[in-house]
Amino acid sequence: MDWGFIGTQSISALIGPMAVFYILGAQGLNLHYGYTGLLNFGQAGFMATGAYGVAICCASEAAGGYGLPLWVGFLVAVVATVLLALLLGVPTLRLRGDYLAIVTIAASEILRIVLRSEALEDFSGGNSGMAGFARSFYDANPFTNGRRYELGPFSYLGKDLWVMTVGWGLIAIAAVLTFLLMRSPWGRVLRSIRENEDAVRSLGKNVFSYKMQSLVLGAVMGAAGGVVLALYQNLASPDDYGTKTTFIAYTALILGGAARVGGPIVGGMIFYGFFAFMQVTASQAAKADVLPRSIMDSVQAGIVPFLFLGVVLMLLVVFRPQGIFGDRREIELDG
Amino acid sequence: MAEPAPSPASTGAAALRDIAREVGVAKPDPILVADGVVRRFGGVTAVNVGHVEFQRGAITALIGPNGAGKTTFFNLLSCFDQPQQGTWSFNGRVLNGVAPYKVARSGMVRTFQLTKALTKLTVIENMRLGGQNQRGERFWGALSGSWRSQEREITERADALLQRFKLDHMRNEFAASLSGGQRKLLEMARALMTDPELLMLDEPMAGVNPALKQSLLEHVKTLRDEGRSVIFVEHDMDMVYDISDWVVVMAEGRVIAEGTPAEIGANVAVIDAYLGTHHGAELSGDLAAHTADESSSERRAEP
Ligand SMILES: Nc1ncnc2c1ncn2[C@@H]1O[C@H](COP(=O)(O)OP(=O)(O)OP(=O)(O)O)[C@@H](O)[C@H]1O
Ligand SMILES: [Mg+2]
Repeated sequence: MDWGFIGTQSISALIGPMAVFYILGAQGLNLHYGYTGLLNFGQAGFMATGAYGVAICCASEAAGGYGLPLWVGFLVAVVATVLLALLLGVPTLRLRGDYLAIVTIAASEILRIVLRSEALEDFSGGNSGMAGFARSFYDANPFTNGRRYELGPFSYLGKDLWVMTVGWGLIAIAAVLTFLLMRSPWGRVLRSIRENEDAVRSLGKNVFSYKMQSLVLGAVMGAAGGVVLALYQNLASPDDYGTKTTFIAYTALILGGAARVGGPIVGGMIFYGFFAFMQVTASQAAKADVLPRSIMDSVQAGIVPFLFLGVVLMLLVVFRPQGIFGDRREIELDG
Repeated sequence: MAEPAPSPASTGAAALRDIAREVGVAKPDPILVADGVVRRFGGVTAVNVGHVEFQRGAITALIGPNGAGKTTFFNLLSCFDQPQQGTWSFNGRVLNGVAPYKVARSGMVRTFQLTKALTKLTVIENMRLGGQNQRGERFWGALSGSWRSQEREITERADALLQRFKLDHMRNEFAASLSGGQRKLLEMARALMTDPELLMLDEPMAGVNPALKQSLLEHVKTLRDEGRSVIFVEHDMDMVYDISDWVVVMAEGRVIAEGTPAEIGANVAVIDAYLGTHHGAELSGDLAAHTADESSSERRAEP
């Protein structure tokens, strides 16, 4: 077992492109669930919309795309996400909270299955996804794409550093936006809706409109995460956007602390750092035959991180439901 | 409906002196009118009001035994619930199918029998939420930061009300840490933050201590003197006698009597409705014994 390798890999994962992906998804959920009390179980669907928006617009025509410039792809990704959020929100936001949960989880799965369907292979690339649209992005890289940069315990390829620069820029924008909004009267209305919608209505606020604004804004944050992942992999692959992705984002949010601007950021970093540590350790252990093959082979090693994910989530809910930043008293307050 | 030209004698509470004492009587200057409003829950007809008008600038009490349909009627009037039949209008504007938040914005604000304190917000934040037309409640306004001066004004008004309602020492506590009576107070104070033209209170004094109650009753009278209208549901007959200009009595969904508090206290139909066979019992004493504290009416969820 190469502990040095395991250490570098997991520390680098703390702020790596995958962490960025989950942090952006989780910050969107923070707005939905943490502040507004909306149960969106389909964040992966919005993230997929972001990824595929860019992929389909910007992939070359030979690769089945439209060969449009990157900025058009970003614009389409955002517009498509806004439309999807409106489409899901209009029928459900007037109903009780659980309906939104059911509709969003179903919609995100439908979206994923449609995107990977053979019938739409010419449009969205089928189950292998859309590839080859990020060239102009990497052409603009101020770092050297193929070079490995070492900064203390961190180690990244130049191409990943570029993705991370853009990704952390987006995280900063999302965090500043969330911070400014949530300390304003607008944010106060959102937090009040989380507590009791009827009270807010009785004071003359259009609850539906606020829920919609929250849904749309959080969805766009998720879509930004999808764009980052697509650029990082130079691929929009349907199975990156399964329900697992939504629940990992929720785990990151709850780990860091919901309804705190820093919650998703720290939660996402720790979660993904830990996840990468488990992944690398398990695969190293399988390779080094630390455990007999009859107990764990390299295929089974891939599942180990998820086992730990479940255990961590359970421990968290039992022993620290408020997450890292949350205030336990606030969680325990009751109507 | 006869519409005498508004003059001091035909507006506000004073105008109620000379009108007929019958159910559904037209008021000289009605602010809220309900007509043929019927609400059924399955087989139960909770509300079946033929015609009732509420006078502008007056304090009207809505009383009746438990289950009479008072809260349901409030829910219908404020558009938090829809009736099977009927129309009702506020300031001449028909409210059928209007969204509850629009009703509140137009100046008709209600409180809830089962309080809806926003428990994870502080008391002062609860109050600020009541402010109307806040620049900072619009998305771009919130980002621009131009809301701060308005926020200061709102906070000043909120602090004054909190003092009045003896909640100023709880200002920065989470609303969850308030007692039941304090939550009632907070809800009423928060409703006043909207600067309503018509305030509808559902059992505002349930669980409020007598000394504070007295001071708040004075406050409600001040509201009337400022030209606002108040409709309140209350089981506490002392409060009804003390502050109301007019009393509307409901029983089994219907309005069974209207009149001044003194007349209602002597009304046989009302005594019947409240006490069944115990005719002739002195009303105010027995009704006071009926005073529902919150727990006795918490058997049902409001919408
Ligand atoms: N959501 C509901 N579903 C079914 N029945 C209801 C509902 N709300 C009210 N009712 C019924 O309607 C009737 C009137 O109830 P309402 O709450 O209006 O009475 P109330 O006059 O406010 O009584 P209280 O003085 O106890 O508050 C009752 O018989 C009640 O059981
Ligand atoms: Mg009631």
